[in-house]
Amino acid sequence: MNVRSQVSMLFHLDKCIGCHTCSVACKNIWTDRKGSEYMWWNNVETKPGTGYPGKWEDQEIYKGGWQKKGDGIELKGAGKKRGLVNIFHNPNMPNIDDYYEPFTYKYLDLIESPEGHDQPTARPVSLITGKPIDIKMGPNWDDDLSGSPDYARNDPNLKELSPAEQEAMFQLERMAFYYLPRICNHCLNPACVAACPSGAIYKRGEDGVVLINQDVCRAWRMCVTACPYKKTYYNWHTGKSEKCILCYPRIEAGLAPACMHSCVGRIRYLGVMLYDADRIHEVASCDESALVKQQIDMIMDPFDSEVIASAKANGVTDSTIKAAQYSPTYKFVKEWNLALPLHPEYRTLPMLFYVPPLLPVMASMREINQDDQKEKLSSVSKKWDDNWLYDTSTEELWGSIEQARFPLKYLASLFSAGDEEKVKDRLKKMMAVRIYRRWKTVGDVTEEKAKHALRDVGLSTKMADDIYYLTALAKFEDRFVIPPAHREEAVELLEFTGDHKGEVGFGPSKSVQRGS
Amino acid sequence: MSILNHFLFIAFPYAAIAVFCVGVTYRYKYASFKISSLSSQFLEGRSLFWGSVPFHFGIIIVFFGHLIAFLFPAEQLLWNSHPVRLLIYEATSLAFGFCVLMGLSVLFVRRLVNPRIRAVTNKMDIFLEILLLVQVVFGCSIALGYRWGSSWFASDLSPYLWSIVKLNPQIEAVSVMPWVIQAHIVGAFMIVFIFPFTRLVHILVAPFHYIIRPYQLVIWNRDRKTIRDPNTEWVPKRPKNT
Ligand code: SF4
Ligand code: SF4
Repeated sequence: MNVRSQVSMLFHLDKCIGCHTCSVACKNIWTDRKGSEYMWWNNVETKPGTGYPGKWEDQEIYKGGWQKKGDGIELKGAGKKRGLVNIFHNPNMPNIDDYYEPFTYKYLDLIESPEGHDQPTARPVSLITGKPIDIKMGPNWDDDLSGSPDYARNDPNLKELSPAEQEAMFQLERMAFYYLPRICNHCLNPACVAACPSGAIYKRGEDGVVLINQDVCRAWRMCVTACPYKKTYYNWHTGKSEKCILCYPRIEAGLAPACMHSCVGRIRYLGVMLYDADRIHEVASCDESALVKQQIDMIMDPFDSEVIASAKANGVTDSTIKAAQYSPTYKFVKEWNLALPLHPEYRTLPMLFYVPPLLPVMASMREINQDDQKEKLSSVSKKWDDNWLYDTSTEELWGSIEQARFPLKYLASLFSAGDEEKVKDRLKKMMAVRIYRRWKTVGDVTEEKAKHALRDVGLSTKMADDIYYLTALAKFEDRFVIPPAHREEAVELLEFTGDHKGEVGFGPSKSVQRGS
Repeated sequence: MSILNHFLFIAFPYAAIAVFCVGVTYRYKYASFKISSLSSQFLEGRSLFWGSVPFHFGIIIVFFGHLIAFLFPAEQLLWNSHPVRLLIYEATSLAFGFCVLMGLSVLFVRRLVNPRIRAVTNKMDIFLEILLLVQVVFGCSIALGYRWGSSWFASDLSPYLWSIVKLNPQIEAVSVMPWVIQAHIVGAFMIVFIFPFTRLVHILVAPFHYIIRPYQLVIWNRDRKTIRDPNTEWVPKRPKNT
């Protein structure tokens, strides 16, 4: 056993309202510099949709992540051989148009234009060339566009669905979507680290944050290809790659990262998890169907005395172990088994977990006869001539999950490498807690039914109460349990961060001149 | 004339080498952030392929062609003593020389024509590309016009270069060479001279160490294992960081 600690994240997708506050918080702090305008270290995409950069999940195009090779694994589109051969031209690298060309408007024209016959307009200009452009794509261009032919229907996750199932998904009455906020997963088996020919990317031993040393990056661009989540970005101005730094200066001070702190829906949780680093390779190479289970298995019980001893031997501090014992992410991921990693089949062992969205799945559309209702309406009220009922009732216990308007297959292709059972298991648990709370607060469900629902999914009432608390009521301190860095390390953190590890992710530490 | 020759073939090479050494060391040590290949593939990828790939592979082969004749002149002459081997050597070099020429032309046009690439181009890039272009054109025409380059390079130029290295410059041979060859030599030292001020520095950080390094890289702020061990005495040494 070789226990290390990892600051891990959990996003509760049922709660995300798609407000993009997180993205804006991140952008304002980290990526408002020249060359990084197009980067969204935190982005929120609408699913079904193509995402950002377009179709990033389609690894036939981008060749990100690891793939099985014999007993082990290899990088799909980078690595020692492929990376060095393709170093002069990387055939699988997304370019700026796959994200979007950053732009601004010539606002000054509104004020400074000479008098004329027409109103002056603020024309869009490219932030790269400074020339006027026709904007073809922008940040969150696909926001809320479920069902649209360009975005939703090109979602790579639909590949597994039959055409009939797809059609059913996009019928106007049944159409649904949810938001998928994404940041770097700070993976346990990061493809970006492995792909960097310069060795500029590294994982911090103390908290597992993955960083790019700006002084060592030489623009070989292999990380951009290798990260299957497309969460390393190439700064075209400085000629260095950048990525989410999990606001490590804030974490070191015990503060929540900016995106999490500002999250309006309070969907984000951050906590320490202890894991067995000796098992990384074995887990990353295991059978696709076992990936999720194995990954959750390698997360260790922070109360187990053996685990604590091994962690201490590795230099994990007491404060970190204590934080692991109170970790909200540990509870969601391991104790309650409510969360899943995004695309585990990429084999990077992402440490950002998602509670899959129940709401778009649960509701169903039923055809009913509404004529009686209509008669009751007064003459001025608006009458709908269709006969659809948007049904979110919890009448039938599990029927609605299986006949959901959002095929489970779709969710499974995102969160469990295609295993519908795993998704169903999570959703049923959430549903059970809902039924249980409905009995407690609304009272139109019998106690017997509520308890039955909990029993069915193996939750005790205590667990259900805890889940409810951490999902719906949790205060700031419950959602973020972050052990600050230690005082005695201040020197290493500050001084040595500068000269050993480079000004990581802060952008140019010296003024930049292209070409020289 | 002799003063000019002295300048071009003695003073200038030494100046170039000095500037190269000091400049490169300084830049690596104090401005490492500014060492990058400054790839522009992100802004434009298709024509880059037709430029960058032939250019880079070509120039690597051509560079080693020169290097071998410089380092091992005797072996080179021995190899060239057989006409088939000589032809193979010359033909390969020339073919790759043309690769460089083609690739570089594509890169140059791309740099001038594509507005996005223009946005990340500075004067030094243009100067460097012109210098390289001239150098390659001269190189190819020398290979075609003054046969066989690999032989006379080994017998005449290599001694000159070695004399520079040995701090006892002998310029009789180069002084009487045709002007194209002289220009090619001066151009080469010019490249050495401006090297630290250009994007060429990325050559020196070519990532060969990637081949032997393990894939994953974990860095600790301090090596707690040894620090916690009561037997380790405290030394003001930096943490191990591996
Ligand atoms: S998600 Fe983050 S840690 Fe994982 S491969 Fe991508 S950039 Fe690296
Ligand atoms: S701030 Fe929170 S709720 Fe808003 S989009 Fe981001 S993750 Fe979702």
